[in-house]
Amino acid sequence: MSPLLAAVLQLLALVAALALTYRPLGDHMARVYSSTRHLRVEKWMYKAVGADPGTGMRWPAYLRGVLAFSAAGVLFLYLLQRLQGGLPGSLGFSSIDPDQAFNTAASFVANTNWQSYYGEQAMGHVVQTGGLAVQNFVSAAVGIAVAIALVRGFAHSRNGELGNFWADLVRGVVRILLPMSVIGAVVLVACGAIQNFAGIHEVGQFSGGTQQWNGGAVASQEVIKELGTNGGGYFNANSAHPFENPTPFSNLFEIFLILVIPFALTRTFGRMTGSLRQGHAILATMGTIWIGFTALMMWTEFHHGGPALDLAGGAMEGKETRFGVGGSSIFAVATTLTSTGAVNSFHSSFTGFGGGITMLGMQLGEIAPGGVGSGLYGMLIMAVVAVFIAGLMVGRTPEYLGKKIGTREIKLAACYILITPALVLCFTAASTALPTPADSMTNSGAHGFSEILYAFTSGANNNGSAFAGLNADTQWFNTTIGLAMLLGRFLPMVFVLALAGSLAGQRPVPATAGTLRTEKPLFTGLLVGTIMIIAGLTYFPALALGPLAEGLA
Amino acid sequence: MTTSTQKHEEPGSMSSVSPTRAPHSDVHRGHKPGRGRVGGGLFDPKQLVRSFPDAVAKLDPRVMIKSPVMFVVLTGSVLTTVFALMDPTDWFGWAIAAWLWLTTVFANLAEAVAEGRGKAQADTLRRARTDTVARRLSGATEERLPGTGLHIGDLVVCEAGDIIPGDGDVVDGVASVDESAVTGESAPVIRESGGDRSAVTGGTRVLSDRIVIKITAKPGETFIDRMIKLVEGAARQKTPNEIALNILLASLTIVFLLAVVTLQPFAVHAGREQPVIVLIALLVCLIPTTIGALLSAIGIAGMDRLVQRNVLAMSGRAVEAAGDVSTLLLDKTGTVTLGNRRAAEFVPVEGVSEAELADAAQLSSLADETPEGRSVVVLAKERYRLRERDQGELVHAEWVAFTAQSRMSGVDVDGCRVRKGAAGSVLAWVRERGGPVAEDAAAAADAISGAGGTPLLVAVEDDLGARVLGVIHLKDVVKEGMRERFDELRRMGIRTVMITGDNPLTARAIADEAGVDDYLAEATPEDKMALIKREQAGGKLVAMTGDGTNDAPALAQADVGVAMNTGTSAAKEAGNMVDLDSDPTKLIEVVEIGKQLLITRGALTTFSIANDVAKYFAIIPAMFAVVHPGLEKLNVMALSSPQSAILSAVVFNALIIVALVPLALRGVRYRPTGADRMLRRNLGIYGLGGLIAPFAGIKIIDLLISLIPGIG
Repeated sequence: MSPLLAAVLQLLALVAALALTYRPLGDHMARVYSSTRHLRVEKWMYKAVGADPGTGMRWPAYLRGVLAFSAAGVLFLYLLQRLQGGLPGSLGFSSIDPDQAFNTAASFVANTNWQSYYGEQAMGHVVQTGGLAVQNFVSAAVGIAVAIALVRGFAHSRNGELGNFWADLVRGVVRILLPMSVIGAVVLVACGAIQNFAGIHEVGQFSGGTQQWNGGAVASQEVIKELGTNGGGYFNANSAHPFENPTPFSNLFEIFLILVIPFALTRTFGRMTGSLRQGHAILATMGTIWIGFTALMMWTEFHHGGPALDLAGGAMEGKETRFGVGGSSIFAVATTLTSTGAVNSFHSSFTGFGGGITMLGMQLGEIAPGGVGSGLYGMLIMAVVAVFIAGLMVGRTPEYLGKKIGTREIKLAACYILITPALVLCFTAASTALPTPADSMTNSGAHGFSEILYAFTSGANNNGSAFAGLNADTQWFNTTIGLAMLLGRFLPMVFVLALAGSLAGQRPVPATAGTLRTEKPLFTGLLVGTIMIIAGLTYFPALALGPLAEGLA
Repeated sequence: MTTSTQKHEEPGSMSSVSPTRAPHSDVHRGHKPGRGRVGGGLFDPKQLVRSFPDAVAKLDPRVMIKSPVMFVVLTGSVLTTVFALMDPTDWFGWAIAAWLWLTTVFANLAEAVAEGRGKAQADTLRRARTDTVARRLSGATEERLPGTGLHIGDLVVCEAGDIIPGDGDVVDGVASVDESAVTGESAPVIRESGGDRSAVTGGTRVLSDRIVIKITAKPGETFIDRMIKLVEGAARQKTPNEIALNILLASLTIVFLLAVVTLQPFAVHAGREQPVIVLIALLVCLIPTTIGALLSAIGIAGMDRLVQRNVLAMSGRAVEAAGDVSTLLLDKTGTVTLGNRRAAEFVPVEGVSEAELADAAQLSSLADETPEGRSVVVLAKERYRLRERDQGELVHAEWVAFTAQSRMSGVDVDGCRVRKGAAGSVLAWVRERGGPVAEDAAAAADAISGAGGTPLLVAVEDDLGARVLGVIHLKDVVKEGMRERFDELRRMGIRTVMITGDNPLTARAIADEAGVDDYLAEATPEDKMALIKREQAGGKLVAMTGDGTNDAPALAQADVGVAMNTGTSAAKEAGNMVDLDSDPTKLIEVVEIGKQLLITRGALTTFSIANDVAKYFAIIPAMFAVVHPGLEKLNVMALSSPQSAILSAVVFNALIIVALVPLALRGVRYRPTGADRMLRRNLGIYGLGGLIAPFAGIKIIDLLISLIPGIG
């Protein structure tokens, strides 16, 4: 079997698995967020935070919940790292420096999981499992909650209410992420991922000398790392590390975990708005971009010319032999089109175009299928913009799902799409223009530029993967990327929730033959085009000086 | 009604809705918008030249700031000029600066041309608003004062030849009025006190008789004043959708500003610092200048298209709402059907031939001046070739005219009495004269009523005694082409509801025949209001026409309320549009114009954004191929030199604005179809076209530039 055929078969198996889980998971999530019943364990939690899960919140209240909860998370995680040296179960690691602690706290609360530290050389069990893994759950649940709030904005009529943040948060963790993680962790353990609280082992190397191996609750953290589109590895090598991702099957399973919730959320969206076909249209848009990017990635990675590459059967530099070009390409696209940022290969070593595809994937706004929750709301914002531009061409003022896209709505959507380009371009420009940040680059020219562009693209879009090659543990990068992650996560949420509130206050307009049919393939095509053109136009000059210059050279 | 006005009316066209115009004369015109007098968007290239000075005058930054996109271009023009001055020997800087200035001027040109068309109309109106002398009544005395000195509530007198000094309602008298100054229609109209025909417009001329008018509008705020402001665009405010689009365009401008400003540090890092002029050129090419330049012209032109169809929209918001309308309320009379019921057939009783009945019917209807009566004469003539007899022909005849009380008309001639009229009245007349009860005539009458028609009985009293001869079947005649029109509307997603005072049976029969989706029978103004509110509660936008004072609340409630110019001032005040032709069918055209306006905006926005792809392919290789030779592969158009490539993109960007001015003014071609087909078509033309066209355009301009000696 040729590597290409193997890759295609893997892709087909992935699509089949996603298709099988799409309906049950999507419907389950719709039930979870529509249910009026509370589990006992949930009631305890509501009591603990003093929340009444039955009250509907308007958007400012919902937003206050999101921001307060996340701010508390940043503070807690920061203190935990700063105090690590004095905590038991820390494997003897010392406390983390302020700038790196800020960066890491921001990173995990923002669902980014950018890591400027080496997990196995800096973080003990308490921080890893008690701090980082907890945020892996709750930051994902916050993302889904905000998406559900936007869906309710479309579904509700004239009451302005978006549901209850605390109920959505708790349910996301208790009824969706935890049960799925338990199953997933068992599968990963069965594949050979480790799960223990062992200490550091000194292991002899074949070439002589010794190496340190950490134990840890790896499988449990691995599963939520993928499932919650977090991406922060237990080890620095992330999913390329055999303890995290031991076999080609575990590799495929991890890709499945990355994609399963974001895709299924489109079903939830269709269910909750009462039109499954609208959900299918969004699914088709996400699927088209995902398949298209995967195909392009495979094409460029398999067919990159050169004698060494031909011998290796493709661009194998920086890729694990157990995953090959195919398993690495599928993973790389899945991780950058979602906000995951886990890596099983080194994006810096991909071909020029391959590196460009990972960057463009993030620059689209990570919406195909995107992060858990953030992918859906990002895509719905793009749908609002597409409806606004092209919807006029059917001779009506634009409306999406029966809600008019007027001045306020387009203002909020426009602010949303402005944020990440502004963060990415301004921070990248500052990093190239200032004298010291450039010292962090290990390469010069186009590739060095790509390292910085990738870092801020990844941070502002809450991806968290790194291009490698950039020494990001400097005060400058810890601070700026930390800010990019926080602003790139929470500013868009402000506009999403404001938009949701504005939509929820509207009375829906009934569809007629004169209404733009947003459930049709034509609209899917239009939406794909809008996304590609808007992101493409924004980033084309920057991409031209980085990956394009390399790829075309 | 005075005799002097009757001669202006064509026989058979008397309509209770619009007494001066035959509504059906507009039906055919309505079918083909853009033809005939409603020419819509004929565009004369000379207008571009004529409006050039106005366009230059608009370069004021305080004016330009209203369009953020064009303000950026203006700033860019100033900056490039400064940089060109700093290095005056460089032809490239001057060329870019010149074309950026042209881009700015072209944008203003579009707006100036659009406004210019309104100005001509305004001048005509101004001529009508000549300084008038008002004859104000104070008690029994009359004083003369200038029309501008009038106050609301003043009573003024106007006699034949006088120009009415201000808007008002006739409180006493009847007169024929020439309203051509406002409507462009030369046939005079009747204005009388009380009822729905009491409103008069300042600036119109009284042709006959004497009326007393109570002034209802302050000088300067009269209908004509508002019209002038409207067509001049002075009263134009940005519509909600236009504001939203402006926000989107502004945010795209910010995105591109970021992309270009941050490009300089990237370029420095790459080892190829860019001249500021090149960066400005790139920025201007990327920001959506095409739609930014044409946006306000599209809005003005949309209003203008309405004005050319003699509809005045009081706000742009109403025009936009017209595109969104999902329910049309149409008055049956004058819109769905020709003004009145018409005789459709003669149903004789047993023993009477149809020809006999037709003869008697014709004879008895000669004295009936109502449209129904005339239609009997017409039917007898068409169906039975009975020559229309003149009343004077029959010498000893004694004519019985139709009155609302007797509900019969007829003639007594040579001992023979013929009567025609409402079933009850005629049966009573026969019974009075000892005639038999005509069972089969009553049955035929019931059948006609059951089918939604109106039966008229014809009876005769001669030597054989009084008896019923038969029944005339009167029915509403649906205007030609209305069914197709309603089918079109249905495809556009618009539901039509016919409003009528008829009973439900009659209403349904007409609704079925005309093909409207629904009807509201025995409608009172309250019913109408309730229907509008019900539709609106379901999220629908409702459009309607109206002319009476009792229509005013419904007109105000409707999202698009078109008041007839013949209507009362209350109706005109309540509606957000006024149709000067008083043609209720025009509501359909209003909806189409609203849709066309939105489509034009969307199409040019899509085109503008799609254009950017080609510009990148022209400019990016030109900027960076020196340091990254691989990027030369992006120069798919094989442009001759970097400078020529950048200049070509800028020139294309400027010229496309001028090229699209006619489209912006005329509006994108609109055919009533469903949303899907419309989107596919427009996406094909303006989306794909917008992607491809600039590749060709920039290449051609580059070829021309490379021919200039010393360049390229």
